[in-house]
Amino acid sequence: MKSKSFVSINDLSREKILSLLDTAAKFEENPNRDVLKGKIVGSLFFEPSTRTRLSFETAANRLGASVIGFSDAATSSATKGETLKDTIMMVSSYADVIAMRHRLEGAARYASEVSQVPIINAGDGANQHPSQTMLDLYSIKKTQGTLEGLKIHLVGDLKYGRTVHSLLHAMRHFNPTFCFISPNELRMPEEYRLFCDKNNIPYTETTEFNEEVIADADIIYMTRVQRERFSDLMEYEKVKNCYRLTNAMLTNTKENLRILHPLPRVNEIAYDVDDNPKAYYFQQAQNGLYVREAIICDVLGINI
Amino acid sequence: MNENKQQAMQVSALRNGTVIDHIPAEKLFAVVNLLNIADMNSNVTIGYNLESKKLGKKGLIKISERFFSDDEINKISLVAPNVVLNTIRDYNVIEKREVKMPDEIDNLIKCNNLNCITNNEPMATHFYVANRDTHTLKCRYCEKEVNLDDIKLL
Repeated sequence: MKSKSFVSINDLSREKILSLLDTAAKFEENPNRDVLKGKIVGSLFFEPSTRTRLSFETAANRLGASVIGFSDAATSSATKGETLKDTIMMVSSYADVIAMRHRLEGAARYASEVSQVPIINAGDGANQHPSQTMLDLYSIKKTQGTLEGLKIHLVGDLKYGRTVHSLLHAMRHFNPTFCFISPNELRMPEEYRLFCDKNNIPYTETTEFNEEVIADADIIYMTRVQRERFSDLMEYEKVKNCYRLTNAMLTNTKENLRILHPLPRVNEIAYDVDDNPKAYYFQQAQNGLYVREAIICDVLGINI
Repeated sequence: MNENKQQAMQVSALRNGTVIDHIPAEKLFAVVNLLNIADMNSNVTIGYNLESKKLGKKGLIKISERFFSDDEINKISLVAPNVVLNTIRDYNVIEKREVKMPDEIDNLIKCNNLNCITNNEPMATHFYVANRDTHTLKCRYCEKEVNLDDIKLL
């Protein structure tokens, strides 16, 4: 029953990450390759996520595969009380690989244990979203030419933001220096600060987000500060505009600086940043396609 | 040696069975519950607040004609990580071992994360030791860490 699945960024070695990024670069050169002709990709979105689903389904189509599945648990038999195991058993008898999004944490790991075909985790609750992390890494490597020794500033919600946690974990292989910029309420959790200490990753922390703080950054990774994360709404009102990046702030930043954001953005990046060549968030999302093509091929053992 | 003698005075000898020793006094009744001692027919002696050089006050449980499986022993380690388990046959200690937390714990602990798949599907839980020094375990599924002091047994 064991198959080669893609569940957690923490399962990936440095070599594995780099080889997936190399494959993704080949897909960027030519995204249309019929290597999955005759294969079926299951796309099981127990929780809606239009952006991620379209990216996976586009990847499958560009590889020549057909797609089956659902985009919302309301249209699946999960509403009738079917267990995840039963749904996965059923679909894995039809599809050659399954990409799944689920609101429960650990759902993809469990599915990978019961499935006869590889599982690709397209997000399991607040836990993991490893294809997002891979596209973040791809974007960093592509814009900086390397993943080694970079100065990465993480901004906004560092407490609940799973993308920043996964990125931090994945970057442990590449000697980064981090700067954590967040309001006190959304500070980087102790678990991750201890992780940095244990892995000899230098970091600084600040609640100030201004020109001076970002002057030496190679990457600024912005995240959304969400109102519902605050127990005290007064506190939210105080900080909501403090973690907003504007074009004026970028004047004295490094030439190679690029700005990333997992999207969707609300107001944490001003629209006047969009035309700055340092803005990279839209290309970043596009890179998701190449990375997901690489992941699908990898779990199916197809070399490009 | 001294401590052993003293202990012999406090608790009478056992012919065949198990002596669980060096239980921190405050964990004694948790271990008693865990082993379902209330439901046992064997002859059981429970010592509470016995003097111990190592622990100050300790607990001790002697169970006649009863030996424990690995699973049961593993369970003890989750409540009291460093107890000593003596197996007695014909008045002799034939085995003395310090109970150690296993590297992986199958289906003994409930995950504290309500959004973990293990709390929503009919399935077994699996934990592994994330940090032995800080007594931290990690759920294989939701990847959340939990301290031994905060765990709930299934």
